[in-house]
Amino acid sequence: MTLTLNHYLLVSGLLFAIGFAGVMFRRNIIIIFMCLELMLNAANLSLVAFSRFNLVNGLPNYNAQVLVFFIITVAAAEVAVGLAIIVALYRARQTTHVEDINSLKF
Amino acid sequence: MSPILFYLFAALTLVFAVAVVANRNPVASALCLVVSFLGLAALFVGLDAYFIAVIQVLVYAGAVMVLFLFIIMLLDLKAEERRKINLPGYVGGGLVAVAFIAQLWFILGRFTAGHAPFPPLAQENVDDVHNVGMTLFSTHNLPFQVIGALILVATIGVVVLSKRELK
Repeated sequence: MTLTLNHYLLVSGLLFAIGFAGVMFRRNIIIIFMCLELMLNAANLSLVAFSRFNLVNGLPNYNAQVLVFFIITVAAAEVAVGLAIIVALYRARQTTHVEDINSLKF
Repeated sequence: MSPILFYLFAALTLVFAVAVVANRNPVASALCLVVSFLGLAALFVGLDAYFIAVIQVLVYAGAVMVLFLFIIMLLDLKAEERRKINLPGYVGGGLVAVAFIAQLWFILGRFTAGHAPFPPLAQENVDDVHNVGMTLFSTHNLPFQVIGALILVATIGVVVLSKRELK
């Protein structure tokens, strides 16, 4: 029983599927936001796995790890802005339930 | 990484990810997300990406989740009462998620490069932070500075958004 790249890719895909299902299932905007973070982390896991399994001169491919670093940074900025928007929304409408926010609905 | 540890941490990550979706209480969801991120950090250590694992714990399990918990406390969210069942969401989301996993299973079965075991590293102890830093500041110098500008813009945006009234 040895670990292969496919093990990591499968875990990454399952994590992405759970995050996606969460975005579709839940109606609380904060939980939807947490599920988005799960999906970003699934992408990070597959990038790090590819970096470890595609060696360059016997070292992991560090370009992938730098990309993961960028993803984490952008995700942190995204969380800050997104939560500020949610707070502004809560102030205006007193709800975090996406079905109560339907002014733009056709 | 020993297979037992891999299965342990992969199960930890996935089980607590499911708990994030299944919990009705937002605070419990956020705490489950912290455990899920810690499991993921352990998987990164198993892949010899020590720097990324540390960043994952510091930034995600630390800063981002504190921000989430802070906002949940600030908004004073109760566990959401059971509303009418969101049937199109459940059916559509479930179908797409299952279809995605099925496709992934099918593709990974044929992905021959993915069946190879761990290739051995050239050195026993890789100087991980040094190598990531060298790549970051030489090959990816411009994107790094753009990220700095992005964070500045995000900070200003957050300050503007959280002002009560704009003048």
